[in-house]
Amino acid sequence: MRKAATLITTAVSAATLLGSLALTSDPAVAAEKKKALSVVEQGKQIAFNRKKGNCLACHQIAGGTLPGNIGPPLVAMKQRFPSKQALREQIWDATKRNPNTSMPPFGRHKILTEDEIDKVVEFIWTL
Amino acid sequence: MKSKTLILAAAAGLAAGAPLLAQAGPKEDLKAFREYYMKRFPGVPLDEFANGVYAIDAGMRAEWEQMEEFPPYELGLDIGKAEFYKKFKNGKSLADCFPDAEKGIKQNYPYWDPKRKEVITLELAINECRKANGEKPYKWKKGKLAAVSAYIGYLSRGKRINVVVPEDDPDALAWYERGKRFFYAKRGQLNFSCADCHVANPGRRIRANLLSPALGQVTHFPAYRKKWEAKGSGALAGFGTIQRRYTGCNKQVRAKPFKAQSVEYRSLEYFHTYMSNGLPINAPGVRM
Ligand code: HEC
Ligand code: HEC
Repeated sequence: MRKAATLITTAVSAATLLGSLALTSDPAVAAEKKKALSVVEQGKQIAFNRKKGNCLACHQIAGGTLPGNIGPPLVAMKQRFPSKQALREQIWDATKRNPNTSMPPFGRHKILTEDEIDKVVEFIWTL
Repeated sequence: MKSKTLILAAAAGLAAGAPLLAQAGPKEDLKAFREYYMKRFPGVPLDEFANGVYAIDAGMRAEWEQMEEFPPYELGLDIGKAEFYKKFKNGKSLADCFPDAEKGIKQNYPYWDPKRKEVITLELAINECRKANGEKPYKWKKGKLAAVSAYIGYLSRGKRINVVVPEDDPDALAWYERGKRFFYAKRGQLNFSCADCHVANPGRRIRANLLSPALGQVTHFPAYRKKWEAKGSGALAGFGTIQRRYTGCNKQVRAKPFKAQSVEYRSLEYFHTYMSNGLPINAPGVRM
């Protein structure tokens, strides 16, 4: 966190367009980015795994095959949810918003761990 | 602690989740249940619901009709028939316990026995007949029991389900109500009720599986499933009773299944079959 802040100040003080280029070529940031990518990738794997999220049982999701259609297609998530936290709540316990939903309460019933849910949220948020 | 939350969740689901069946008796329930599906699938005639998913998906129906040209259950039905007439050590047979079988009896099961104050399913009656005649009961849910029961169902093809819930008998009503509650209660780690899949979502897909309407689900049981056939071996592997299917559907949602012929499953079968009253028996049905 602190590292990113310093980098931004540097970029700003450089006050050039090249500043942003400098950002991506910084090895620390590149590593950070790679990690961020892989969290999304892990979230995707958890979401698609039949023994884990199995979200495709009910939702069409880009990159997934043979989706079910009990739930709506998961698209444009940033427009549908005001924050990651709100999205996380939907996944943690969908019965809060709709007591009759057939979506399983992944957190409340411990179908996924908290860490797995965090990763799934990161992935779904990209959709 | 955990089970308490689950029960509470189930109760909440029930209270909110049964708009179809508000404080009504069996007759009103049946009317509402049927109307719901007729509205949801306009153009599907009532009797067609006896064909499950094949009533609502043309592609799957074509595949099914092709399978029916050489029914995969025929060999097993012959074995069921042989079992039905086979002499016990005492010279009697199952056929003596079910003297009207050839005319068709499956449509009357499960029935309420007012003396015993419990619901008797066809499979229970078959095994009780064996025991009463000094024979070992069959294993539940599949194999010979399912084949004999499927044979009795086969003899009853075309007869209309006629399950009776005597509304002046509070004990019978209590069994019915327990079955109804089971059907609408969310259960298992995945938190699904039977109704979530087969009332709220028939015609939709859960992954690649098209969900069937609950109306008409019982007519073709014991059924012959290709999935069961593939898991076992021999001519009887594909057969399974309705309670075998309940077990499977409970497991899918990571709920612990109940024992075959438990009070829970018999109650469920009582309610579930009553909801298909009037539909024609077409056992054994082939399913994937
Ligand atoms: C068995 C069905 C089922 C499964 C499995 C399922 N969902 Fe859902 N989901 C639904 C349904 C139905 C809805 C519609 C809203 C409701 O019922 O409350 C929904 C809604 C959502 C929404 C809100 C969509 C919107 O636009 O409002 C999100 C986000 C979501 N699901 C994510 C997930 C994720 C992530 C997973 C897997 C970890 C998942 N779902 C698994 C059935 C399911
Ligand atoms: C998570 C979803 C789900 C739940 C919950 C569920 N089922 Fe099913 N059920 C299925 C699927 C998928 C099939 C196979 C496709 C079909 O015929 O519906 C099926 C099939 C059946 C069949 C066979 C239908 C036929 O035509 O042969 C019966 C009977 C049945 N379910 C009853 C029940 C009952 C009773 C419950 C509750 C105890 C239940 N199901 C709960 C998903 C579910």
